[in-house]
Order: sequence, then structure tokens, then C-alpha cells
Amino acid sequence: MKITLRTSLMGSAMAGLFALSQPAQAVELEFYFPVAVGGAAAELVQALTDEYVAQADDVQITPIYSGTYVETMTKTLTAAQGGNPPPLSMLGAVNVFTLLDEDLIEPFENHLTDEEAAEWLGDFMPAYIEDTRIDGMTYGIPFQRSTPVMYWNKEAFAEAGLDPETPPANWDELVEMADKLTKRDASGNVTQYGVRIPSAGFPYWLFQGLTTPAGAILASADGTETYFDAPEVVEALEFLVALSAEHGVMAPGTIDWGATPKAFFERESAIVWTTTGNLTNVRENAPFDFGVAMLPAKVQRGAPTGGGSFFLFKDASEEQKAAAVDFLKWLTAPEQAARWSIATGYVAPSFAAWETDAMKAYTADFPAALVARDQLEFAVAELATYDNSRITQVLNSALEAAIGGQKTPAQALADAQAEADAILSAYR
Amino acid sequence: MRREWIQAYLLLIPALVLLFAFTHWPAIETLIQSFWSTGRGRRVSQFVGTDNYTKMMADPVFRQVMWNNAIYAAITIPAAIGISRVRALFVNRHITGLAFLRVAFFTPTVLPLIAVANIWMFFYTPGFGLIDQIRGLFNLPAQNWVGQPGTSLYAMIAVAVWKEAGFFMIFYLAALQTIPQSLRDAAAIEGTGRWTFFWRVTWPLIMPTTLFISVNAVINAFRLIDHIIVMTKGGPNNASMLLLYYIYEVGFAYWDTAYAATLTVVMLAILIAVAVGQFFLMDRKVHYK
Repeated sequence: MKITLRTSLMGSAMAGLFALSQPAQAVELEFYFPVAVGGAAAELVQALTDEYVAQADDVQITPIYSGTYVETMTKTLTAAQGGNPPPLSMLGAVNVFTLLDEDLIEPFENHLTDEEAAEWLGDFMPAYIEDTRIDGMTYGIPFQRSTPVMYWNKEAFAEAGLDPETPPANWDELVEMADKLTKRDASGNVTQYGVRIPSAGFPYWLFQGLTTPAGAILASADGTETYFDAPEVVEALEFLVALSAEHGVMAPGTIDWGATPKAFFERESAIVWTTTGNLTNVRENAPFDFGVAMLPAKVQRGAPTGGGSFFLFKDASEEQKAAAVDFLKWLTAPEQAARWSIATGYVAPSFAAWETDAMKAYTADFPAALVARDQLEFAVAELATYDNSRITQVLNSALEAAIGGQKTPAQALADAQAEADAILSAYR
Repeated sequence: MRREWIQAYLLLIPALVLLFAFTHWPAIETLIQSFWSTGRGRRVSQFVGTDNYTKMMADPVFRQVMWNNAIYAAITIPAAIGISRVRALFVNRHITGLAFLRVAFFTPTVLPLIAVANIWMFFYTPGFGLIDQIRGLFNLPAQNWVGQPGTSLYAMIAVAVWKEAGFFMIFYLAALQTIPQSLRDAAAIEGTGRWTFFWRVTWPLIMPTTLFISVNAVINAFRLIDHIIVMTKGGPNNASMLLLYYIYEVGFAYWDTAYAATLTVVMLAILIAVAVGQFFLMDRKVHYK
């Protein structure tokens, strides 16, 4: 927190300095943005912003890196409570209900003509814009959007006598292949696990990569109901727990999210699940040949969407809002969206971005980049409800209790559903 | 006479204003807020009496947090004090590599807790972390210290003790250096054993330092949570959740400010009780010259 605060102070101080050197009428704009992956995402946000500012008139924009998604939301709400919300902020798309409940944001349609709205907003992929569209109004502009994918180590597959080009397509194959990929030394200790599905911090997200294929939806579209105790959800959790408890192909206990790419590079695990936002990181650092695949299916394919969208804050001045909309139009234009996607691995959220020459050349050379986009066809919205942080924490604790063996999956999820009902009853 | 009073108060005002504005007023405000509901943009805050306290008593996470913090305090405080005292006695002699040892013991103190937590994250990483690499030499299986509900709190305790023992050692070392050589000489003439000398001379003389350190250790047991934020975020399943981190999470992640205020009142009450208790009870055993 201290670091974030200091960064923001420095940010404001720098904004102040810039303001002095600009003509007096320049519009000033600050926005917060989170980074949840390794690599140079933060530098690129700064570089893209600088580029826009250089070609725009009378506008000064300062991007402020503010930690993880949760920390960025905390920072935004703290600033808003202090009467000083940023005009614009990139936040987890799942925060839309909380932001509405706090009465902080306004729809982008307020600043667009019908034609502009149809042209600009109409080109975004439905999976990435529908989750921030409430009652027909668009509150979020998708930018840093993701979905979890499965990375596999082709060398390890070959060593285990598996076809290096064929990843597991369903749950049974996942267990079967992971079993062959799990290596033990002479004394029976595991030196390489078959699969790693990180579960520390925010396990609910990757867990949706299991519940969706099992045929479950975790929350209602209006954000007031959850279905944690549905039989499909219990089945998904039983499968997750069994991976380490029964099959012994995954490390026991909760597994760290941040160390997952490193665990992949170090051959601690042969198959890992993590965000597509790590794609470029893995591509640059994996010391072996790797593949990228959709998450395995149960009764169907499926995965959650994830990542951040831009939200526009009510309290900003009209000039700031106009400048923010103009900036976002430029930032999400096909050329910029393609550059961002290529540099990070995040999924470019508009159809047009995938038609640019840069993107076509990139995917021709590196077809793995197409996996995440193609998976969107099967994707559902990331768990989003009112009082979202608390509801996800309730589910997280239930998952951790089951993974740690403190409760059975059915018991943990039934308890979580009761708790979620108690919290959400205020919003029904 | 009167003018002296005025002058005294004028001199005190700057300090009093700061103390009141940044310590006492927020504490009172917190107490008031704990009797109100959390206001949201679309709903205003209402007076709810002791509802927040009723909710707190029924909150299973709160009970677990209090239990966790009790274990955390019960281990970190005596362990940090005990280890620092042994280290101080150890380096308070003339042995080779003395400066090196003193620096080595003190180094964890110089590092920010955030950095310490990141270093320990690497130590604890299952499979390829330092501890598991050492365990691997003895053919022991990989252990997920931070990710198991049974061990994560103790993993946090180890970090805290490692961090604090060096700091307290400096205070003990300073106290030991002030014990006059003449007392040792006198004891040697009398033929006093080392053990008797420690209990009858050294121990009473470093008692003020022990009081100071134990007050600090108690405060730290409630105050330092940086390593929790970096390493576990209170998980898995709240196994390593401490009171202050729970307050932070309720206040700034769930944005339930009224409930966070209620929890803060509990924390204030505990700290005040401990501080008062320590000063009144231990004062009897402490000799400041």
C-alpha cells in the first residue's frame, strides 16, 4: 500500500510538472491501471499513453500503475471516498456492480451519439463487453482482457511417452496424461507434477475453468444470486481436490498463482493453467518447446473471461470525460489493441484488431495466440455479483477449505452458499 | 504563576494538536462509527446501536482471527525475546568474527518486511524453494508450508521471529554493555557461578530493557502484517488471517467501513489493556537504577 501511495504521489507531482509546461487550457487526466502478469505490461501502457498525448491537442494523461486488480479497486474506492475519484480507471470487469452500488460510474453512451456507439461499441467481442453492460448501458470499455488457458511442456510429454502435439482434451485425459507426467525419485518424492492449477489468492477464477465445463453457472446475470452448491459445482471441486488427494498428480495444498510461470520453466509441473496474459512471458522465458491449449472439457468446453475494462467516473468534469472517451477510442483502435495483445498475450477485444496486418503476421508465426480468442466461443463471464470482493472471498475460503482437507467439497460449498445468501439478500 | 501555565500550554499545543488530531480523534471517530451502518453511494449510513458487535460475535472468521492472533502472539513474543537475549549474550564476548556475527544477526532488521516476505516466499516455495532443496538432499518430500492450513500460520510466525530477533538483540546488547565490569569482578571473587550471576545480577539489570522489548513485541504481534499481505493474504481458508489484516480486508476490500471500525475498537481495547497491564504489573519488578 505504501508503495502504491508513493507512486501515486509521484504521479501527481509529475502531472503537476507537466501541467506547468503545457498551455493553461490543457485537460488533465489521470487513470489507474493494474498489472497481474509478469513482463513489461506497465511500460507499454505508459508508452501507448505518451504516443496518444504526443499526437493529441491540449490533453495531459498520466497513467498510474496501482498494483493488482484488488489493490487498484481499493485505491480507486479510497480516492472516491475522499471526494477525488480518478476520471478514468482500469478495473476488473467484475467490479461493475460494486461501482454501481457506490454510485460512482456512468455509461459511455452518455458521451456518444447513437452512430458512434454502434460503430465503436459494436465492434467489441460480446464476451468482453456484455459483462459490463447493465440494463442496456455500457459501463466498461474492454482492454486488458483475458481468459485462462492451458500451457504444456512438449519435452516433458515426449519424455513421458506421450504425443507432444496432443494436449489433454477432457478431464479423463488430463488425469491420465498427468499421471504419466508425474515423476518420482527413488524414495518416492515427486520431482515433476503432472498438472498445476494455482489456487492461492483468487482460486475462484481458475475454478470457473472447471465449473463451466461441468455445466454450471456460478451467479445470476443481475449479480444478486449465486449457485455455489449446485451438483455440477460440487463435482468440479471434487475433481480439483482429487487431482492431488486421490491421483497425486498435483501438489497438495493451495498453490501459488505468481510462481506458476516459474514452476513451468523449472519443470516443477508439466501442464499449468494460467491467464493468457502470461503468454508472451512464457514465450520469451520457457527453456523448452511448449504448447497452448483450451482448458479440457467435461460435458462441454468452457472457461471464464477475465481481466480489466476502463470505467468512466461521474464526478469528472465534462472536458475530462470527453478527453477520456477520445483517448479510449484511440487506445482500443485496431492498431493499438493489436500491439497490446502481441506484447502481452492479452486477448485483443475487438474483431477488427484481429484483422490488422500486424496481428495476422503474428498469429501466422505463432498460432498459439489464437487459442484464447477461439476459446471465447465457450467462455462465460467471470463471477460478478454485488459486494463482489466479499462474495468471491467466501467462495475462495470454501475452495481452500476443501483443498486443505478441512471440509468435504459438498460441505464447503453448501456453507459458502449459505454465507453468500446472507450477504446478497440485501440486494434482492 | 498564571503566566507560566499559559506559557507551558503554548509550548505544548503543537504536540497536543498533532496527538489529538492524528491519534485520539480518529480513535473516538472509530468508536462512533462502530455504532452506525456502512453507507454506500445509493444508501445512507444509519444508527444501528450494537448491531455491528452482535454481528462480530457471530462471525466465525472473527473468532478464528482472534485465535490465530493469540497463537501468533504467544509464540512470536517469547521466541523473539528469548532468541534475541541468547544472541546478545553470545555476541557480548570477545570471540573471533564478532563484528560479522553481530551484523549477521542484525541484517534482517535492516530489510523492509516486504522484502523479507519475498525472500521467504522463495525459501518456502514447494519443490524448488530453498527449504525443499535442502530437504531434497535428505530425500524428504516437498512441503507446501504456506499453502497448507495446518502450517501456514507457523510459517508466518517463523518469518516474524526471524525479522524481530535481530532488532531486539541490539537493545539487549546495549543493556549488557552497561553492566559494570566491577560487578563481574566482585562476583568472580565471591566464586559465583555463571548461572547464579545471570539470574541475580544480569537479569535484574536488563529488566527495563525486557519491559521495553516486550511492549514492542506485543505491539508488533498486532501491528506487522506486511508478510501476510505478500505471502498468504490470510489464506488458506483464513488459516493465517490476523486481526489487522482482517480489518484491512473488511475496510478496504469489502469496503464495509462500519464493521472494520467495530473490529478496530476490539484491537484498540486489546492494545490498551496489554499496555496498561504491562506498565502496572511489571513496573514492580523493574528497577530503573
